[in-house]
Amino acid sequence: MRYRYLRHRWPIRVMHWINVVALSILLMSGLQIFNAHPTLNWGKSSYNGREPVLQMYASETAEGRTTGTTEIFGRKFNTTGFLGASKDSDGDWVARGFPSWLTIPSNQYLAMGRRWHFLFAWLLVINGLAYVIYSFLSRHFTQDLAPTRTDWRNIGSSLWDHVRFRHPVGEAAKHYNVLQKITYLTLIFGILPMTVLMGLAMSPRADSVLAGWVDIVGGRQSARCLHFLGAALIVAFVLVHVFEVIISGLWNNLRSMLSGAYEVDAPPGEAPVTPTRGQEVS
Amino acid sequence: MSGPRDSRRRFLTRLLTGASAMALAGCDAITDSRWGAKTLRLGESANRGVQGSLTSSTALAQEFTEADLSPTFRSNGTSSPNDSEYQRLAADNFRDWRLKIDGLVEAPSELSLEQLRSLKSRTQITRHDCVEGWSAIGKWRGAYLSEVLALVRPLPAARFVVFHCADPMDDQGTRYYESVGLEEARHPQTILAYELNDQALPVANGAPVRVRIERQLGYKMAKYLMRLELVEDFHTIGGGNGGYWEDQGYEWYAGI
Repeated sequence: MRYRYLRHRWPIRVMHWINVVALSILLMSGLQIFNAHPTLNWGKSSYNGREPVLQMYASETAEGRTTGTTEIFGRKFNTTGFLGASKDSDGDWVARGFPSWLTIPSNQYLAMGRRWHFLFAWLLVINGLAYVIYSFLSRHFTQDLAPTRTDWRNIGSSLWDHVRFRHPVGEAAKHYNVLQKITYLTLIFGILPMTVLMGLAMSPRADSVLAGWVDIVGGRQSARCLHFLGAALIVAFVLVHVFEVIISGLWNNLRSMLSGAYEVDAPPGEAPVTPTRGQEVS
Repeated sequence: MSGPRDSRRRFLTRLLTGASAMALAGCDAITDSRWGAKTLRLGESANRGVQGSLTSSTALAQEFTEADLSPTFRSNGTSSPNDSEYQRLAADNFRDWRLKIDGLVEAPSELSLEQLRSLKSRTQITRHDCVEGWSAIGKWRGAYLSEVLALVRPLPAARFVVFHCADPMDDQGTRYYESVGLEEARHPQTILAYELNDQALPVANGAPVRVRIERQLGYKMAKYLMRLELVEDFHTIGGGNGGYWEDQGYEWYAGI
């Protein structure tokens, strides 16, 4: 016997999809901004006599072909067509860090990239603050996200289940598992605020608030590296998240984030429970 | 049961693929529309409002040590103004160069490089942050803009200092210009710099004088200064947005 219950309350669903929009636009407008100077240096300035951590550039072969190169810690990779050099929407080769289909706007337009980025950064920050306040008040954090003592004890078996792509069913599927909890909490209280803060660290006015605070992470250009790393970690999270959503029941998961209803197997011999959160079996 | 669910799934996949392609095209359409560009500006207006009210207007930008100096200070934008009058002044070591200061002031003046050098000066090692993302650290010496303003005595109506520059930006004779509010102009680190790294300011970095506005991005720090004009508003100057890059869509407030 299967039954549906209310897995995600409406504020969580709304805030989740605002995040999807805001993070997508922030990523793509961020890549547009990165393209204006597709080089990352560690330190206070970009010109400190040290080699860049990462750089992308275009060059021409003797035969006149355009190639794109990505250099990470001095190691060169041929990334022609994707990074360093790619075709624009007219099919012409252009020198640019990330390709036009990954940036907002699609052509090189730093001024507008910044406008998109800042507007949606505000959306992300306001949405994030609303989420944290709501989750404390509604006990979403304590009830659903804080790992329990049992969680910590079973972390090994949860890891082993994940490696084998085995997902809980029935009543166990109604709760986040411990790896999921740790990942969400790391993202909410670690990676997302760190990335926003490192973005602010690049603002010369914000730097003046407490002169020298940016040196805690090694300087403004280091902050730029960490902002980029934060974005990469968020992308990595989204890839894993979407993968898990697909293999653990795409439609069921998606429905629960749209209408709230999630379907599980009822324990044998028990009558189906009506889909309200208050009547969850605890 | 599985029939309608399958078609629902197919519909959803198609919806997602179509929607993402349309969303990207949509973003470009929004960017290119007048209302879109204006709406997108809201984020930057919020930056200005929030940073302006939450951070101290007198806080100093971070200063560095000689050990942090960039080996060479990067030249960006114009590296040698394509202008015969400027080149003539440069050939003569700017002996005939005069900084004109006029507009809403009691005492319009012209200052030679010598006169500017005789004013109280400030030396600071600061980080120059370009809107493109890079930073360079240089040692600047120059006259306090606040002192220069005190000499010409701005009228009560004056709200902005407009920097008029020698470098032509296109074939139509558009020259680089910039503007800041009086508060930022009177900030103790806002100087009219005539030295970079203990040498006379090189042509590549804005000789004979460029302005340093250390809590904003590089494009605010106009090079090749020829004239300072005090105005009540800048909407009749250039494209009306307060600066050359502002007229190309960049923000007037460049604190972020």
